[in-house]
Amino acid sequence: MATAANPYVLPINPAERKNPGWWAMVLIITTEAMLFAYLLFAYFYLGSMASTPWPPGGPPELKLVIPNTIILIVSSGTMWWAESGIRAGSQWRLRSGMLITLLLGIVFLAIQGIEYSRKDFAMQSNAYGSLFFTITGFHGAHVFVGLLFNVVVQLRAWLGHFTAERHLAVTNAAMYWHFVDVVWLVVFTSLYLAPHVM
Amino acid sequence: MATTTIPAPLGERLTRIWETAPGLYGVLATVDHKIIGRRYLVTSMVFLILGGLEAAMIRTQLAAPDMHLVSPEMYNQIFTMHGMTMIFWYAAPILSGFSNYLWPLMLGARDMACPRANALSYWTFLMSGVFLYSSVLLGQMPDRGWFAYAPLTEAQFSPGLNMDFYAIGLTFLSVSTTVGAINFIATLFKTRAPGMSLNRLPIFVWGTLTTSFAIVFATPALTAACVLLFLDRRVGTHFYDAALGGSPLLWQHLFWSFGHPWVYIVVLPAMGIISDLMPTFCRRPLVGYTFVALATVSTGILGFGVWVHHMFATGLPPTAASFFSAASMVITIPSAVAVASWLATIWLGRPIFKTPLLFAAGFIILFVIGGVSGVATAAITFDWQLTDTYFIVAHLHYVLIGINVFAVMAGFYYWLPKITGRMLSESLGQLNFWLMFLGFGVGFFPMHTLGLLGMPRRVYTYHAGQGWEWQNLWITIGAYVFALGVVVFIVNVIWSVVRGELAGPNPWDGPTLEWATPSPPPPYNFAVIPTIASRHPLWETRLDETEMRSQLDSGPVLDAGRDTFGTTPLDAEPDEILRMPMDTMWPFFLSLSILVICYGLLTNLVWLGILGAVALFVTIAGWFWPQPSMTPAGGEV
Repeated sequence: MATAANPYVLPINPAERKNPGWWAMVLIITTEAMLFAYLLFAYFYLGSMASTPWPPGGPPELKLVIPNTIILIVSSGTMWWAESGIRAGSQWRLRSGMLITLLLGIVFLAIQGIEYSRKDFAMQSNAYGSLFFTITGFHGAHVFVGLLFNVVVQLRAWLGHFTAERHLAVTNAAMYWHFVDVVWLVVFTSLYLAPHVM
Repeated sequence: MATTTIPAPLGERLTRIWETAPGLYGVLATVDHKIIGRRYLVTSMVFLILGGLEAAMIRTQLAAPDMHLVSPEMYNQIFTMHGMTMIFWYAAPILSGFSNYLWPLMLGARDMACPRANALSYWTFLMSGVFLYSSVLLGQMPDRGWFAYAPLTEAQFSPGLNMDFYAIGLTFLSVSTTVGAINFIATLFKTRAPGMSLNRLPIFVWGTLTTSFAIVFATPALTAACVLLFLDRRVGTHFYDAALGGSPLLWQHLFWSFGHPWVYIVVLPAMGIISDLMPTFCRRPLVGYTFVALATVSTGILGFGVWVHHMFATGLPPTAASFFSAASMVITIPSAVAVASWLATIWLGRPIFKTPLLFAAGFIILFVIGGVSGVATAAITFDWQLTDTYFIVAHLHYVLIGINVFAVMAGFYYWLPKITGRMLSESLGQLNFWLMFLGFGVGFFPMHTLGLLGMPRRVYTYHAGQGWEWQNLWITIGAYVFALGVVVFIVNVIWSVVRGELAGPNPWDGPTLEWATPSPPPPYNFAVIPTIASRHPLWETRLDETEMRSQLDSGPVLDAGRDTFGTTPLDAEPDEILRMPMDTMWPFFLSLSILVICYGLLTNLVWLGILGAVALFVTIAGWFWPQPSMTPAGGEV
């Protein structure tokens, strides 16, 4: 074994795939994805059992949610731009990309808040209301966690903690953000689009 | 026999790097997998004793007809706490204890891949247990059974905090379980010693690995079920409320989607314990290693497709029920493979019936009986007859005590000398085995017939003249004999720690890597990182299967910091050095913040919940702020 003589020729705590922190993040995302899968199971299960029309008040309005979905997709793009920036050693792409992502995330939550206030049913109205607000609320909570993640990592970015070689926290924050985005596409398809088609 | 001899200065230097700080700080801040593993073992045994005391109360109440030692309400609380304690706070955590202690030793690493996450999983396990048992102080223990069927758990049928303790406590515990599982998976794929390829892993490692994947995929179902229950109870949603479009069956689907994989989570590593001690006490390699490893993984996967067999009595469409009945029968195939392998190993080997092998033999017998009653209840019509009777109680105790507790006992007798450095008494061990084995048979076998006679489970008493009296008395006597066995075990452990013969590195002449370290192992585990060439690194000369030899006493030292090799996921070739974190209080504080949030949710005190959430955020940010000791010169992680 070539490394037997001096094992310290090997890199110490390298970034991304080689780091246990990267594996931990992938597995956290997996288990969180399963949580959404079980919640969506609850939605489809109760929907398939419903004796009244589903959703009870007709398919949900799409006027606000379509632009909001686009905002979230764009924010995934800006996050990708930030991460690939630091991979190329660009501090300003990292910082500005994460800042724009943060702002877009805040806008997404604000628009979701407006949409909530316009609904004519509540969590307590019926099982559909419970499912709608719980699933979208769980997703909103994940967006909020992603924003907190962003704030801490961004603070470190402005402090100049990251380099082209070492930026695991950025990779993990980006992976989490893309996950939140993908989950939204699934939630959006299930809760908003499907009732219009089916 | 290959034992590592290390020059004293190197040992001292590595000890300085790896040892936990003395005093209270060290107690709260340690990240040493061996200390965490020992804590897991001790804490789970405390929960076993608590659950055992609850069982003793149940059996005393049922010893004779028309007894009124406890009220029906109290009885509901006791059997619920018994089930929750044993299934959630004992059966899985005890196996995590063995895995935490043994994995790095078996894999040839100096610690788990994420040592701080390891500490976190212990603290959350302990504090969630403290949270659950604080319900005793309020006299409001969970009281709707460990699987807590809706709608009995809904606020209108269950006012009081009882089922809030259930929903919040289990969600808290799932943090511990999930963090632990993620750590095991990362450890397996990142920190095996060079040469420890997948086909050389001990079966116990395969068991815990399978279990860990099952946890990652199944635990969210329990979390979802409990969160929805909490929302129903506290916020007024209608998930389980049939009147407004919900369904009580949703609870059952979510709970058992988690619950059945959980059954395999608490048995697969235990089966691994048996597979790994078989070679030592039969003096030959395990027969059919590859088949047993594949059987372990396939049981874990099939375990996700059988949950509906808990729900045959709920009026499902026959096609659905038949599918799940068939799936439940298919799962007997990998179990039979494992049993065949153990029997063949005994048959072809030269068995030495020391206490660990006695417990292993008892385990096989109980596994087969519990398996047969399992196949019986997988048949739909048979299940309709027996569901909610003592037959089910018999089946689940054969499975959980037979496959979990007996394997755990075997594991203790086998590995405790490694952990404490001292042997247990063999004569007390034999007494311990026979008390537990006979007590178990006397206590649990009659439950089968009692179930066939129609005695329902969970009744707090029964009238005389139904033909149930003598079996119930018999069962109670058996339960007490079994408990006496547990007492003998505790006496044996105390005796061994004080007086036991010194074990030395490899008292049983075992084949696997953990026996290459001193007993107890030093804080750094291995002075040099070993290079592995076979499945039985300590038996290579004897077996002479190939020319290749493992290197255990020479190789890379890695003494520039808390360093161990990071290796490639499949072939385990070193491609980096992992610099491990130093002791830290963050895991303890993080766990404490979650505890505060839980009490905030329980008491409806919004400020307490917010306080906990803010503390949680600060702790996580502090945890991941770069630690200077972990960062090599020239950059940040």
